[in-house]
Amino acid sequence: MSVLELIIALPLLAALAVWLGAPARAASLGATFINLILVFYTAVQYWGKTGLAFTHSRPILENPSLSFAVGADGISIILALLTTLVMLAAIWQIQDRPAIFYVSSLLIGGGALGAFLTTDVFFIYAFHELALIPTFLMIALHGRAEPAQRKAVAWKATIYLGAGSLVLLAGLVWLVLEFSGGSKLTFDLEALRSQARLTPLPDAKQAQIFFVLLLGFGSLVSLFPFHSWAAPAYATAPTPVAMLHSGVLKKFGLYGLIRIALPLLPHGAHVEWVQNALLLMLLGNILVMGLVTIHANRLDDTLANSSVMHMGYIFLGIAAGTEIALKGAVILMFAHGISIALLFGLCGRMRNQLGTLEYNKLGGLATHAPAFTVLFAFGTFASIGLPGLTNFAGEVMIFLGNFTEFKAGALTNLQWTVILALWGVVMSAVYMLRAYRGIFHGSPATGLFMIDPAFSQRVPFIFLATTLLVTGCCPWLLLNLMKSAL
Amino acid sequence: MSVFTIEAGLALLGLALLLLEAFKPDISRRTLGLTAIAGTSLALVLFIFAPHDNASLPGFIQPWHQLDSLALFYKGFSLVITILVLWLTLECAPYLTRFTVDGKLAEMFSLPLIVCAGMMWMASARDLVTVFVALELVTVSFYVLVAFARKSAFSLEAGVKYLILGALSTGVLVYGIAWIYGATGTMSFDGIAKALANPATSKTTALFGAAVLLCGLGFKVAAAPFHMWVPDVYQGAPTPVTAFLSVGSKAAGFVVLTRALNAFMAEGSIIGSEIQALILVVGSLTVLLGSLPAMFQASVKRLLAYSSISHAGYLLLALACRESARFDLSSGGVVAFYLATYLPMTVLGFLGLGLMRANGLGEDIKDFTGLAKRNPLLALLMTLSFASLAGLPLTAGFLGKLFVFLGLADHGYWGALSCAVIAAAAGFYYYFKTILAMYTTEGTDVPALTFSGPAKAVAGALALAILILGVYPKPLQKVLTSDRPAVVAK
Repeated sequence: MSVLELIIALPLLAALAVWLGAPARAASLGATFINLILVFYTAVQYWGKTGLAFTHSRPILENPSLSFAVGADGISIILALLTTLVMLAAIWQIQDRPAIFYVSSLLIGGGALGAFLTTDVFFIYAFHELALIPTFLMIALHGRAEPAQRKAVAWKATIYLGAGSLVLLAGLVWLVLEFSGGSKLTFDLEALRSQARLTPLPDAKQAQIFFVLLLGFGSLVSLFPFHSWAAPAYATAPTPVAMLHSGVLKKFGLYGLIRIALPLLPHGAHVEWVQNALLLMLLGNILVMGLVTIHANRLDDTLANSSVMHMGYIFLGIAAGTEIALKGAVILMFAHGISIALLFGLCGRMRNQLGTLEYNKLGGLATHAPAFTVLFAFGTFASIGLPGLTNFAGEVMIFLGNFTEFKAGALTNLQWTVILALWGVVMSAVYMLRAYRGIFHGSPATGLFMIDPAFSQRVPFIFLATTLLVTGCCPWLLLNLMKSAL
Repeated sequence: MSVFTIEAGLALLGLALLLLEAFKPDISRRTLGLTAIAGTSLALVLFIFAPHDNASLPGFIQPWHQLDSLALFYKGFSLVITILVLWLTLECAPYLTRFTVDGKLAEMFSLPLIVCAGMMWMASARDLVTVFVALELVTVSFYVLVAFARKSAFSLEAGVKYLILGALSTGVLVYGIAWIYGATGTMSFDGIAKALANPATSKTTALFGAAVLLCGLGFKVAAAPFHMWVPDVYQGAPTPVTAFLSVGSKAAGFVVLTRALNAFMAEGSIIGSEIQALILVVGSLTVLLGSLPAMFQASVKRLLAYSSISHAGYLLLALACRESARFDLSSGGVVAFYLATYLPMTVLGFLGLGLMRANGLGEDIKDFTGLAKRNPLLALLMTLSFASLAGLPLTAGFLGKLFVFLGLADHGYWGALSCAVIAAAAGFYYYFKTILAMYTTEGTDVPALTFSGPAKAVAGALALAILILGVYPKPLQKVLTSDRPAVVAK
């Protein structure tokens, strides 16, 4: 049995135990904590290595060949780290909630771990679907809006993500049919990859399949114009679900593009029409959503829209496809996951204490809640991309990765896109700093009062902020895990 | 003991129970039910250890009977579903007896045994006469079972509808058989395949006969446009009977369909491509006409009826895809696999409905509100059943659908594939609408809901089967491919 199987199984078993009556908080926190240690252990073991490690395969069907195959390379381990870190924080910050909050958090996290750590396309897809179900249910059942409204939000997300998943499934089946070789259908990613190296498809066909996968994976990551489910869903979702989905689960689509689409279809993203389409869509994410975010007048709307916007940068790294840009994309995935989880977590606490998140009602909270303010500042600055926090490292690598070949006066479409995308950084600064100033500084608003949470309730947020600082100052901690992964 | 003897014994046991109830009216239904269950279970055990080759059959039956992997699979399948239905009847008895004339359930325990014998016989059929006789044995028994709760107007209505349409479809089926005989001069499937490969056979006659025969069978498996009876009959029939209809009767129809299509679409058949096109069109229509109306149902039982129509559509689409060199399961194998996954999830769904009925609840989606609070275990099990019916990955339902989709994609039937995908998407909507209701908490100050220990055990076993088939289907695939030559690489 591989350690990865244990990592996948633990949260799922804990979820079952809690549903059938085990003490919810103790069991969930215990399982998540053990999981974090296990993931750290794999990261330490993998340190400096290359290629796929911890592989283990259990065939479950011979032809078509299907197996429960686990394995991890640097990207998977970084995302598994992200998942367990956010899971621990998300579960820790739950207070006075029914067991279903713990169960759903464990299921979302367990599903995400399954998707990141298996190497069979069937299971990669399956685990992601498993994680989506509790997300929808929690938004519909415990969302922060009137029942009719939250159900509408949940259905909207379900329809977008469900349709996206079906398009994705179609693309994956297409890949399997093309790369299986003559005798046998296989879902094994490694087998498909070696076949793709042996007999690459013509560029035109690669572009077609890549585009289908881009639409499928893209709608899961709220790629413009398939993004309109995301902001209301995050603004409505219960706090742990918002943290886990925007922080972790959404990264699945990007992970899929980097782990499945790019290696199998190396030229797919660079065929002109696909590249131009992708660049237009990601500019939509950065510029259009940036402007939308500036106009938000509630903190949860700002955060939800900004999370859609930041996906544009990661797509930019994928569009570039150079090694440095892709590594930057992975680092930004990690950074965004931690920072948005931190912000959503804090936002949830504010809503619980204050009952409102509208900017024109808030102000001066720093006076009585200094620790809370500092934590929020960490999230704010990370989100803007301040040097010293992880997001900066990722963004810089993506921007530079597009300029590995540079001729002044003959900029490529990609490089023009980078130049336009840089304005997004300015927009981030505008809306995040405005939010920060409006909420925490200035004269205290009348009738609203907030104090710092007890230390035990600060722990999960301190924990996330520290992660941002440590990996921000030492991004080589993450880069060393990705020596050959791309 | 040969497999044939076991089947005959089962039918005799059914008759014996019928007589016993007639001559000893004071016998308790518990005794009757347990005897029936014990008899069927014994038959299952005997069946597993009986010799599984054609030579073991008595000589007189050999020309009519065959024991290939498909037949063996469906025989086992029939026994399992019969045991489950008998048990479900016993579990729902206190509620069911309110609607029967004398408060008794005797035939509810004896007729399923006869149905089971009929289904087992049908699985082995080598020719259309055997098919017809076995099919009638099954259908006539179902006429009685559907209308069994006579004090309920719904049940009576369902019984009449089923009787009229069933009789009509039987007539159509016989008519088709007659035309096939006229065209090919034989009733046996092997003979028909041979005659159809001969260019001298009249194509028009054969095609007409095959089409009429398929219409007749279309009624039995509820293929569009012959699916109209399903929602009313499923809703009206007592829940255990609905489960039996939806799983057992459907499986029986599909065995026959598999055999008939294997003959019609055999290598070199003169009507092969036409029949294939027909099945593709009918299958695409069926998935859509099953799935889309299901989105608007308020009653879960009706919803399950429509979903069972769409499942029949997937099965038809699987049958339209002939052998693929890159696939270890034949189209018949995919159908058998799909039905094997269909059994636990459907029975679990109906079991849940039955248990809710027994607790005095209705069958509408709104009756599911707050189920998670009233009984978390039942809610979890029902969630699993519905998620699997919707085709959620890691449950049994996904693999069955995946095989169908892969087959369609491998053959390049893109039109049919898009219909199937649309239907699957609609399926997600209506199943998850029901699941959502279970976890809703608004306005539910309702008492807890209880169910017995054996019910827990059976439901748990079915849930486990859904998960195991979903993540470890290899053994089932082995059973279904045991007598197939290894696939030859292109």
